[in-house]
Amino acid sequence: MAENAFLREVAEKKYEYGFETKVDTEILEKGLSEDVVRMISRKKGEPEWLLDFRLEAFRFWQTQKQPSWGHLTLPEIDYQAISYYADPTKKSAGEGNREIDPELMKTFDKLGIPLEERLALSGTAVDAVMDSVSVKTTFRERLAEKGIIFCSISEAVKAHPDLVRAHLGSVVPYRDNYFAALNSAVFSDGSFVYIPKGVRCPMELSTYFRINARGTGQFERTLIVCDDDAYVSYLEGCTAPMRDENQLHAAIVEIVVGARGEVKYSTVQNWYPGDSEGKGGVLNLVTKRGLLKGDDSRLSWTQVETGSAITWKYPSCVLQGDRSQAEFYSVAVTNNFQQADTGTKMIHLGRGTKSTIISKGISAGRSQNSYRGLVKVGRKADGARNYSSCDSLLLGSRCGAHTFPYMDVQNDTAVVEHEATTSKISEDQLFYCNQRGIATEDAVGLIVNGYAKDVLNKLPMEFAVEAQKLLNVSLEGAVG
Amino acid sequence: MLEINNLHAGIAGKEILKGINLTVADGEIHAVMGTNGAGKSTLSNVIVGHPAYEVTEGSILFNGQDLLAMSTEERANAGIFMSFQAPTEIPGVSMTNFMRAAVNARRAAQGREALSAGDFLKLMREKRKIVELDAKLTSRSVNEGFSGGEKKRNEIFQMAMLEPSFCILDETDSGLDVDALRIVAEGFNSLRKEDTSAIVITHYQRLLDYLKPDVVHVLIDGRIVKTGGPELAGEIERRGFDWIKEEAGL
Amino acid sequence: MSEQQYLDFYRAERETIFARSDARLNALRDGAFAVLQQKGFPTMKEERYRYTDVARDFAPDYGISLSPAEDAAPCPAEYGTLADSADPVVALNTMLTMSCRVVRIGRGERPEHPIQIVNTLRGEHPEMVSRRLLIIVEEGAEADVIITDRAVSKQQFLTNQVIEVFVGDGAHLNLYEIEETHLLCTRYSSLFMQVGRNCSVHHSSLTLFNGRSRNRADVALCGEHSEVVMNGCVIADKMQHTDCNTLIDHRVPHCDSRQLYKYVLDDSAVGAFAGRILVREGAQKTTSQETNANLCATRTARMYTQPMLEIYADDVRCSHGSTVGQMNEDALFYMRQRGISEREARLLLKSAFITEVVENIPLHSLRDRLLVMVDRRLKGELSKCEGCKLCE
Repeated sequence: MAENAFLREVAEKKYEYGFETKVDTEILEKGLSEDVVRMISRKKGEPEWLLDFRLEAFRFWQTQKQPSWGHLTLPEIDYQAISYYADPTKKSAGEGNREIDPELMKTFDKLGIPLEERLALSGTAVDAVMDSVSVKTTFRERLAEKGIIFCSISEAVKAHPDLVRAHLGSVVPYRDNYFAALNSAVFSDGSFVYIPKGVRCPMELSTYFRINARGTGQFERTLIVCDDDAYVSYLEGCTAPMRDENQLHAAIVEIVVGARGEVKYSTVQNWYPGDSEGKGGVLNLVTKRGLLKGDDSRLSWTQVETGSAITWKYPSCVLQGDRSQAEFYSVAVTNNFQQADTGTKMIHLGRGTKSTIISKGISAGRSQNSYRGLVKVGRKADGARNYSSCDSLLLGSRCGAHTFPYMDVQNDTAVVEHEATTSKISEDQLFYCNQRGIATEDAVGLIVNGYAKDVLNKLPMEFAVEAQKLLNVSLEGAVG
Repeated sequence: MLEINNLHAGIAGKEILKGINLTVADGEIHAVMGTNGAGKSTLSNVIVGHPAYEVTEGSILFNGQDLLAMSTEERANAGIFMSFQAPTEIPGVSMTNFMRAAVNARRAAQGREALSAGDFLKLMREKRKIVELDAKLTSRSVNEGFSGGEKKRNEIFQMAMLEPSFCILDETDSGLDVDALRIVAEGFNSLRKEDTSAIVITHYQRLLDYLKPDVVHVLIDGRIVKTGGPELAGEIERRGFDWIKEEAGL
Repeated sequence: MSEQQYLDFYRAERETIFARSDARLNALRDGAFAVLQQKGFPTMKEERYRYTDVARDFAPDYGISLSPAEDAAPCPAEYGTLADSADPVVALNTMLTMSCRVVRIGRGERPEHPIQIVNTLRGEHPEMVSRRLLIIVEEGAEADVIITDRAVSKQQFLTNQVIEVFVGDGAHLNLYEIEETHLLCTRYSSLFMQVGRNCSVHHSSLTLFNGRSRNRADVALCGEHSEVVMNGCVIADKMQHTDCNTLIDHRVPHCDSRQLYKYVLDDSAVGAFAGRILVREGAQKTTSQETNANLCATRTARMYTQPMLEIYADDVRCSHGSTVGQMNEDALFYMRQRGISEREARLLLKSAFITEVVENIPLHSLRDRLLVMVDRRLKGELSKCEGCKLCE
């Protein structure tokens, strides 16, 4: 049967980014305790208030249980078997004065992320994070001319403590959920962005996350503050080596948008998904949330999720400012034994707020793909509008596609609409392509890309091409 | 019958009408012509009392009554009828129930008792003929699934049912072919009584050939910049609006 | 811990209960007791009880009658085989019910008239009623069954009912549930239905007037080429609360399900709809459609809606849509321009919105009667309202 051949091919599909970099890495011993939290803080030379923040979060985390409400089979995670800090950068004599190992430069080159500014993609500044440490941030000087701060969060804590302190944990408090508490206790690196009043960031800002070391978890933390009338487009990419064991990635992204400010946040998530037997892969447990604080502010989340063994992620928006507008565009592809439970929360608090949700799920192999979303309209959110559309496409008879939207409306002037459909790939379309001489496999790629187009179109140019390729690779031969 | 004095009005804080003066006497037909966005629809919506429009200055008297102090339905029951440019579809509400509610509201305002179901249906049958409205249409939901022409005929049918003394025909000719236009216009003419007045809003001469207005106004940028006899409509048809703008120094 | 009073009551009255009722009913009581004791009432953290506070509803000190129905027939073997015995609310019913009413339509039978069950709540004191009903429509049979809930005394009542419905191959069932009680009534209804092959099932649940209601309906499609239509109509105002929770379980290929639930909420009413469609592995060629549309007429009314698609088969066509909205302002204006008062225009719109559900009712005599009732309900003129002072 053609189906079997295809399924085999899916199973044998290569993960292009599965190599490991041989580089001296300082890895903290496995295990998690107050001492480990203190040690991470000390290594980073953090001020007292931040250590206190971490310790409070850690104590809270200890009182909590791992959540079980997602449509996921989450393996039991042994939090004592993970190392919470891995630093692949060599330290030269002077504190904080780092030289980048040429191996690291090569690694990022191989991933298509050149760290030398002259080679960079035009108009993109990059913060490259491997394991627990930011390796390099490009174009900082040019950005600084406009007053834009783009650096690793560790550096920001030192150089801009007031800004960080004012916003860290203000959108995602450590009490938010189990993984947020864990992250708040042990977060290592991530990016910090500040766009001052009235400034349009002249280039795309981008962070590239890479897990390399064995037996470690990555706990990145990103904070983006976009002041009144400012604008920034931010991209995030992720990969990891192929390993038999699961690797934990528990991140937090917080975004604050001032009046009339606008943030576009795009993610192409391609963590190692595990092999065809469902072995290994990254556990991607992420809390992302934006606060649309000012009136007329805008925020859009665009995500293309193709990797990770398990994805548990709900980039959300709190629409506090009057007339603020939020968007969520998502394509989630699962194959083999991948599981994804992803979606968004739109919390309408301000008057005349609008949100749009477009979600496209594609399941193949024996994967489970769920959309979970909440639209809440508060009592004061007069004239709030939401439109949600969630479509699922099933490729193969052993996968699952699920939709769990929750709507809670407390205002009679609100209009909330939700639509969802689930269907298999159209045989008529496949046949039509075949008749025109297009092989089934290519036809699937074409149709899936067409199906995901509404979302892919929202990505910045450089990423759109990348994402399109990724969809094809993830689904190679997924239909019979 | 209708007297508009220095009317200023707008929507969402934006002023559209900037001082309209217009008097329509009993039995007169006034045409209002003008470019897109001049304020023609605002004028008709303000007269019938659309809740989204705000009047910031001026007055409208209808047979001596302060129209602006009245609710939309009070105005309707006082005899003002608007034939909508784009009649609203109301799924689930049948034409029969809808018309019956309207006819009886009008009768109640006139101190007459409600019509019995039988008399009402008889009235529907009679009036339908005037605009050659298909019987099937009156058994459907209000305007739902009606073609453009059917919707316009349905408006005139409702006018026949409600017997207003003052009509606003808001671009009743848009989207109508020649035959439908004739049916609608002739329907209107046959329903008109001696003292029925109307404001006819239109871009074209066509409808006016049938309706024969007494006065033609040109509305530009929220003001009436020119008023003339029926011949003005013909002139606009030939020459457009630019010469009027120039004349008015706009 | 409001289940405690029921557990204590059962312990104290167990002998009396056993002595007065059918052996088949008694056989399941101790097991149900164990479930309720072990789990307690579900909290609002549990997915199927998110929107209704069970412990609160069962907290008042209700009287419980231990007299079986006078005309109680022997309880058939199907009793208790379909209901979700792990649900503590169902367990409470199983523990305390004194008789099971049975409607059986024999093989190929087609009763000429609809079968109507009228449940009337009457009494001098607050009372909890554990009602149990078994409907068996055998192979090739056809029936219309109408169940109406009414309350004639101005008293606090709590009904906890469980209905088990077996629809045999080739059978055809139209089942209508109409609630028309009052503000002091609380109703928990758990309906479990099993549908064979080549069946056609219609279920309508109409909440015209109530206090607090939580209606669960689970339908399992167990034979191919069957179709199920589920309709719900909720009209609520004041402090009324109605929570409908459905599950359509497509276990086999080639079945079709359609759901339409509409709510009109006024004042401080609360509505909830959670509809789960489950398409199991292998249930190919399933088609399923779920629509939930809601009209909130005031700022204080609150609607929760939660449609769910859970699909494990690829050759399916499933969709759901839900909307929460307000009155169509254009339509209101259009009607007012025709001289119709705002109040009446709103009424016409509400009525048009909700009657779509009633129009779907296949039994025409019932449909026509319900159209009148819905209209009167919206106008506040239901017969039960006459002379009643409860809402003032």
